[in-house]
Amino acid sequence: MFRRTILSTAAAGLVAAALAFQPAQAADTIKIGASAPKTGPLAGGAATTQWPNVRLWVHDVNSRGGLKLKDGQKKIELIEYDDRTTPGEAIKNIQRLATQDKVDFILAPFGTGFTIATAPIFNKLGYPQLAVSAITDKIPALTKRYDNIFFMLGSTTTFTNSVVDILKKMKDDGKIGKRVAMVNVADAFGIELANAARPVFKKAGFEIVYDKSYPLGSQDLSPVIKGAKASNPDAFVAWSYPPDTFALTAQAKINDLNVKAFYTAVATAYPAFKGKFKADAEGILGAGGIDPDTPALKEYFKRHKEVTGKDADYWASAVTYASFQILEQAIEAVGTLDRKAVTEYIKKNEFKTVIGPVKYDNQNSARYWTVGQWQGNKFYGVSSRGRPGAKAIIEKPAWNK
Amino acid sequence: MTGAEVRNFAVAIVLFALAALIPLTGSGYWLSIGVSIATYMVLSTSWALFSGPTHYISLATGAFYGIGMYVVGLGIEILPYPVLLLIAAVLGAALAALVGLATLRLSGVYFVIFTLGLAELIRQLVNWGQTTQGSSSGLYVLTDISEPMIYWQLLGLGAIVYLLGWWINRSRLGFALRIIGNDEVVAVHSGINTASAKIILFVVSGTVATVTGALLAPRLSYIESSIAFSPMLSFLVVIMALLGGAHRLWGPIIGVVPFMLVWDLVTAKFPNQTTLVLGICFLLIVYAIPHGLAGLVEKYRARARGAF
Amino acid sequence: MEIIIGGILLGGTYALIAMGLQLQYGVARIMNLANGEILVAGSFAALWLFAGAQLSPVLSLIIVVPIAFVGNWLIYQYFLLPLVKRSKNQGQLEVDSILSTFGISFIFVGVMHAIFGGEYFNYEYLEIPFQVFEEPFALNRIVAFLGAAIAAACLYFWLNQTRSGLKLRAVSVNPDAANLVAINVNRASAMAFALGGAVTAGGGALISMFVTFDASIGVLFTMKALIIVILGGVKEIRGSIVAAFVLGLAETAVASLIDPGLTLASAFLLFILILLFRPQGLFGRQTS
Repeated sequence: MFRRTILSTAAAGLVAAALAFQPAQAADTIKIGASAPKTGPLAGGAATTQWPNVRLWVHDVNSRGGLKLKDGQKKIELIEYDDRTTPGEAIKNIQRLATQDKVDFILAPFGTGFTIATAPIFNKLGYPQLAVSAITDKIPALTKRYDNIFFMLGSTTTFTNSVVDILKKMKDDGKIGKRVAMVNVADAFGIELANAARPVFKKAGFEIVYDKSYPLGSQDLSPVIKGAKASNPDAFVAWSYPPDTFALTAQAKINDLNVKAFYTAVATAYPAFKGKFKADAEGILGAGGIDPDTPALKEYFKRHKEVTGKDADYWASAVTYASFQILEQAIEAVGTLDRKAVTEYIKKNEFKTVIGPVKYDNQNSARYWTVGQWQGNKFYGVSSRGRPGAKAIIEKPAWNK
Repeated sequence: MTGAEVRNFAVAIVLFALAALIPLTGSGYWLSIGVSIATYMVLSTSWALFSGPTHYISLATGAFYGIGMYVVGLGIEILPYPVLLLIAAVLGAALAALVGLATLRLSGVYFVIFTLGLAELIRQLVNWGQTTQGSSSGLYVLTDISEPMIYWQLLGLGAIVYLLGWWINRSRLGFALRIIGNDEVVAVHSGINTASAKIILFVVSGTVATVTGALLAPRLSYIESSIAFSPMLSFLVVIMALLGGAHRLWGPIIGVVPFMLVWDLVTAKFPNQTTLVLGICFLLIVYAIPHGLAGLVEKYRARARGAF
Repeated sequence: MEIIIGGILLGGTYALIAMGLQLQYGVARIMNLANGEILVAGSFAALWLFAGAQLSPVLSLIIVVPIAFVGNWLIYQYFLLPLVKRSKNQGQLEVDSILSTFGISFIFVGVMHAIFGGEYFNYEYLEIPFQVFEEPFALNRIVAFLGAAIAAACLYFWLNQTRSGLKLRAVSVNPDAANLVAINVNRASAMAFALGGAVTAGGGALISMFVTFDASIGVLFTMKALIIVILGGVKEIRGSIVAAFVLGLAETAVASLIDPGLTLASAFLLFILILLFRPQGLFGRQTS
């Protein structure tokens, strides 16, 4: 009994100590909040794309003395929370950042579902929400509903259409035939993409010879690849998530599925993809892409590696950083922490960012990359809306034996 | 009604009335915590209605909750919201009855894993159906239902669950269930239809979980199967109910409230080590409070009485 | 043929995931919800040794398995034994072990996240085609299958042919009776728990050759392992091994012949059907 009392007291003490601990607050800082997954199913993606850029941006701003406001330069104080890939937690985190921590601005959360789930609160509390990792066909409906949300990576339809366009171009050039094998992960985004792609493929004159889904978290994807191979396709398209992007590519290699056009969706642009498949990554198509050879991006990639110790990915990393730059430039241009004025400024002006100029049109930036391809050591954008510098597409060579 | 019951009723009404005032304070932060607490209060209490007396640990909460979300996600463009809630309730009840009928032969740990498997099975079938039959639009629930509305609806559902639990406890059904929980063989020999008693309770708890999912769909706006059918949800419901004490109607709620508050505190104070610190808190709770918080309360109450 | 080989290879993977939990749950009576995290810890260890010291994942077993054994033994002694001692019956222990191992799984995720960060990890090792009956299969999967086969054979032999193995089986059948015939039940349980953890972590090291993992993925493995163990009938390692292969074959057959989208659904359907018609599992004995 006595021991138990000690334990309870210890537990209570721990809680009390935690309560008493409050971070030191200086008046001459700007408080920026961030909530994204550090654990849970989406943590892997956020750890590649979101968190390193949050850190890099705060580091960049603070190392040049902070944000320049009318009443002097202020450094950023970052307050970050883990939403554990739970929407309820994400909503609570945004509320806490706004009402308890009283932060001046909040960086947008990670993932389509989380962007939409937190949009009403961002709106109600009047914080601008510069979403990056969110791809949806509801952009017009959402921007009409919420006058403070901004999108940068386009819609599901453009996402699938550009893949089909690329393949159609290859077909018209006589590089590939019309037989497409298409697979998708059976989760919200994968299902949405596959259902959107089906009619577009048919309209472009393709024949879908293999069309199957596989469950999220499958341990063995070799039957999928064997089935796709048996259908004798000219092109392979997978609307896939990070773990299966790796597994499908590995199995395609084992089973010697040789097609001239091989597309896997999310995570193809991750540096880990090149790290795993090395020379075999050559010619593989994937979601995203950028023009990594512009001076601004070259410098960004170098700084990303130096500051965070990790390589940036070739898709949303730079865009995420760009969204922070937009916020930064808007705050400095307005010169105060007036969120309404900053939101209005973002709507009306063009910004110079690492990915080039960004201007929102009806809260949606219409210039983005859609399809990329591994060529040499980099993942180059081969298809874009409104961004110059698309590389010519190459045929995927056979797997190295 | 006895004097003690009148007193308990009065206390419950006051507590509910106080809880219902939270949205009026205007603090969105406390409201969001309130929604979390109300969600788990409803889920854990209804879970304990079935599992408390029968000692069957069900991990199917996530399955019912997910179905509720999908009903709203699929139907929101076609049908009015209250109709969807009704459909969700009917579907949940039907599924629970089916599962109840099928699992009567199972006991103990087999039932636990059966329900876990069931949740996954439903999730996979829903996904597959959506891929092969679905439209390209994805499941969006964009409505004007605000957070306070969701919160009040959850509180209302919670009140229904408590009334139901109270009524069951005093009815013949509750008595039968307690006997089953103590010794099923004895129950059978004393002429209790153990099967139908268990099914009724499972249906109640499944229906409530389904409706909870349906109520929360507008809060998420975008329905993903990995989130709607999260196995973590099923585990958390069990853990909070056990922490509070599943053998009393008021047990789960006194588990849920401190759990969510500590959870929130940990999230706020240890942003980089949230999971680690939560794990440690968890172990502390398990070792320090062996019979749930309800057990602790009862012990001190008994001791206080003994002192007079 | 292709389906059978593919199914057997997948079954080997499942056996690696589930054998350890069978020992922990069947003998030590701990429903270990941290099982998947221990597996992922084994994967991280193999990755770390591979990246840092170019040590082959197969050789890394020499390091991973003993450390996991000691680590799990300590976990049992310091965290779980107090629960075993204070619980009056099996039901109470089940509740307590679910709660505490759930907490331990959080701690594991937290520690791995702190050390390695949250990204996805994988590496390339033996990812080359290997012809079996003129069908290509990944060599690393075949190596993992062989590892599973060797581990299964050793455990089976040890449990059935040695004195110390006999003790474990006695505890598994009836701990109270085992106590009466002068078996130190707590020691045997600690042994089973530690051994189970070691097998799981070793399995994680082998599986890391061909899966992409991150710090929070363990719960997926836990669920799979739970289902296999229950399917096999809890009390016998033989049951879990057979169940792993049945599941592997069924999933591969459905994926190849019907629709890959239904693989997991078919696995759970199979599981539910078996439970309905043989509620004690494939190899379990009727208890009451």
